[in-house]
Amino acid sequence: MSTRATTESPIMRAGLITVALVFLGFFLLLPLLAVFSEALREGAGPFLDALHTPDALAAIRLTLLIAAISVPLNMIFGIAASWAITKFQFPGKALLITLIDLPFSVSPVVSGLIFVLLFGANGLFGAWLAEHDLKIIFAVPGIVLATVFITFPFVARELIPLMLEQGKDDEEAAISLGANGWQTFWHVTLPNIRWGLLYGVLLCNARAMGEFGAVSVVSGHIRGETNTMPLHVEILYNEYDFVGAFAVASLLALLALVTLVAKTVLEWRFGLHAGARH
Amino acid sequence: MIHLRGITKRFGDYAALHGIDLDVAPGEFIALLGPSGSGKTTLLRIIAGLEFQDGGTVLLGGEDVSRTPVADRHVGFVFQHYALFRHMTVADNVAFGLSVRRGKGRLPKAARRARAEELLRLVQLEGLGSRYPGQLSGGQRQRVALARALAIEPRLLLLDEPFGALDAKVRKDLRRWLRDLHKAMGLTSIFVTHDQEEALELADRVVVMNQGRIEQIGAPDAVYMNPETPFVSHFVGETNRLPAPGGEIHFRPHEITLAADGAEALLVDNVFRKGAVWRAEGLLEGSGQFVELDLPSSGEAPRLGETIRFHPHRARMFNAAGDQTQGETR
Amino acid sequence: MTTSTRRWRQPSVLPGFGLSFSFTLAWLTLIVLIPLATIFLKAAGLGWAEFVEVGFSERAMAAYRLSFGTAAAAGLVNAVFGLVVAWVLVRYNFPGKQVVSALVDLPFALPTAVAGIALTALYAPQGWIGRFLEPLGLKVAFTWIGITIALVFIGLPFVVRSVEPVLADLGREVEEAAATLGATRWQTFTRVIFPAIGPALLTGFALAFARGVGEYGSVIFISGNMPGRTEIAPLLIVTQLEQYAYAGATAIAVVMMLASFAVLLLINLIQAASRRRMGA
Repeated sequence: MSTRATTESPIMRAGLITVALVFLGFFLLLPLLAVFSEALREGAGPFLDALHTPDALAAIRLTLLIAAISVPLNMIFGIAASWAITKFQFPGKALLITLIDLPFSVSPVVSGLIFVLLFGANGLFGAWLAEHDLKIIFAVPGIVLATVFITFPFVARELIPLMLEQGKDDEEAAISLGANGWQTFWHVTLPNIRWGLLYGVLLCNARAMGEFGAVSVVSGHIRGETNTMPLHVEILYNEYDFVGAFAVASLLALLALVTLVAKTVLEWRFGLHAGARH
Repeated sequence: MIHLRGITKRFGDYAALHGIDLDVAPGEFIALLGPSGSGKTTLLRIIAGLEFQDGGTVLLGGEDVSRTPVADRHVGFVFQHYALFRHMTVADNVAFGLSVRRGKGRLPKAARRARAEELLRLVQLEGLGSRYPGQLSGGQRQRVALARALAIEPRLLLLDEPFGALDAKVRKDLRRWLRDLHKAMGLTSIFVTHDQEEALELADRVVVMNQGRIEQIGAPDAVYMNPETPFVSHFVGETNRLPAPGGEIHFRPHEITLAADGAEALLVDNVFRKGAVWRAEGLLEGSGQFVELDLPSSGEAPRLGETIRFHPHRARMFNAAGDQTQGETR
Repeated sequence: MTTSTRRWRQPSVLPGFGLSFSFTLAWLTLIVLIPLATIFLKAAGLGWAEFVEVGFSERAMAAYRLSFGTAAAAGLVNAVFGLVVAWVLVRYNFPGKQVVSALVDLPFALPTAVAGIALTALYAPQGWIGRFLEPLGLKVAFTWIGITIALVFIGLPFVVRSVEPVLADLGREVEEAAATLGATRWQTFTRVIFPAIGPALLTGFALAFARGVGEYGSVIFISGNMPGRTEIAPLLIVTQLEQYAYAGATAIAVVMMLASFAVLLLINLIQAASRRRMGA
């Protein structure tokens, strides 16, 4: 294998690889396998039935809706923020970046709590909302807000280092050739950042669809109305409908696997260091 | 002191070394000179024990170290990019080799510290012991690397393109400094470089390598004045090549005599001052070959479009197989 | 683009600053800053006495001990094994390495609730693993051990991804240098490699810890949620909310957030110090 003089003995190497693989297999692979195994425990029939119940379908629809709203919003924000931060010089950049990272460091439950404090019945705007017959908490808008909060930094965090590395040269060249701002962005910047953008959007989406804690706090768990897929999993599980719970869970697990595969493909094409910034 | 016999090395399908024999006497300062891919770094690393050869033997100081691990060979190695331990102070870097010793060779802490100080003085970095490598300039870092290698009192010093990562000015200064250090210490040293100027300036003997083979070994002057193969002639110093019956002749830009009845005529296309001479470039009448000539600056500068008649007064002739058929003066 | 009379930023050739910056600031304020400020405002409104009473009640303290304790334990497990994983991924080649590397990010991509029920299925008394441990008297589900295992899962990528780039960057040369100076492989590891990746390891641990303290979805299924025994702090917040005990929920949330910020500050300090030392 290696004729290099500065490496461990083959036994040591094999040992370390074994330890690593056993550790990963035990902590990562087993739970993943458990999901699919439990979902199909009673065969394909009950598995598919569980996915077809009206509540399950409603949960799937809601999850997709939430993602469809929050991901594009945070994508636009991510692009705007990275443009402002990486193409211009102004004081307070570091502070801005730290602030953008804040949602990352807050517990999901707390993320939900803050919106309850703002828009809940006893919240800051509670009375005003009741007056105008608007529901945010225990309704879809609340879930959207919480999800937007949670996934806020994802796209920006991917784009900022990437755009910093790429610099301003290309854009300045375009401007000097007569392009305006939008043309420059569309024809020059966007192609340069497309893989990083896709990567950020993928992660943002995975989190948006999978978020549990924050959404659990704001949703009110109203079946068929304010249950996302993760919440639906919880409800089914607490009712001892294990096949049902794992069936829905397996869809989410599938989503996770697709995200991982896409991420690997992107990294390979794009040459990004493996998730170094997470 | 060093005897290499029949060293071969392959990396997968690629043959890096084709049977190298080399002897180095104690105290000699040897340069392994060649372009990238010539195998010079591989050879150096095999001597150090950082790579193991596929075939052949390595003798150091009479001892067969062909299979000895690098940590036991007692060889000092200086890397092109310094390889300093960035989380340790300069002093700790220098003392590292002493601090990992176990058993009877081990010195107490105070002695180790003193030795590190002494070495830092030797490399003219006294007082910088408590700094970190990240706070030093490139030239300073390389000197720390050298001090660190010397601290273990190695029987041999190996340097892998030690100045490759430095600015031209720093490189020149360090070159001179290294030569003085070698004169003072007399430690057998081998350094690898692709810069022939460096090799000719520093070495007692130059080993010219190409594609895994040794082309020529000799004193710098011998290699420069009497290259034995077309490769050496071309790689070391500047060379003009002219086709001739049976092969080609090589001569250096200054190995010419100006003569009104000279056999060759240069139509001057470009003139510029090069150090102490005028450099004239252009095509030869007749063969149309591109040629560079040096003319003493005591005379007038050649003019563009002028024809200079000359003949090479000293040249080497190589036949198609690359053998020298006729050397020296014509 | 209107000429800016403010001079706090350098003039630039590129357009779009006004638009992008103001949008960024507006969105940030709306979505992040105002909501976060609300919590502190509310907590401030409690007054010191009440804050301490609900924020540091016995039940809360038990929850903190559990959350911080298990997060630290899990962080340590991840620090040790994550280092091995990072080492193996950077230094060695073996079939399936790409797959393994991708798998490391699974906890990042998998919804926490899914992880939660999967782990419970494994470690419950009749579970795949639980059924072997039960007869040995080792209870995992519904104990702090189960919580720790869940947190190991959650924090796994943090250590690996923090250490990997630093290890890769370190390169072979320093190891070779140490070897030429006479160091054994073990000495090279303990004195050259390990100190160099120390800050990254610490950062990874801190990130895993911070994540573990606030984790909810993957833990509540396996923990059993018994107050004073296996009730994690985030769950306590939810319980308080369900009882409309806003003061309690807020106070505990503030305590947790301050702890998170402290950890983040620590990470930044570690990184800044190491950058200063190693030379930017």
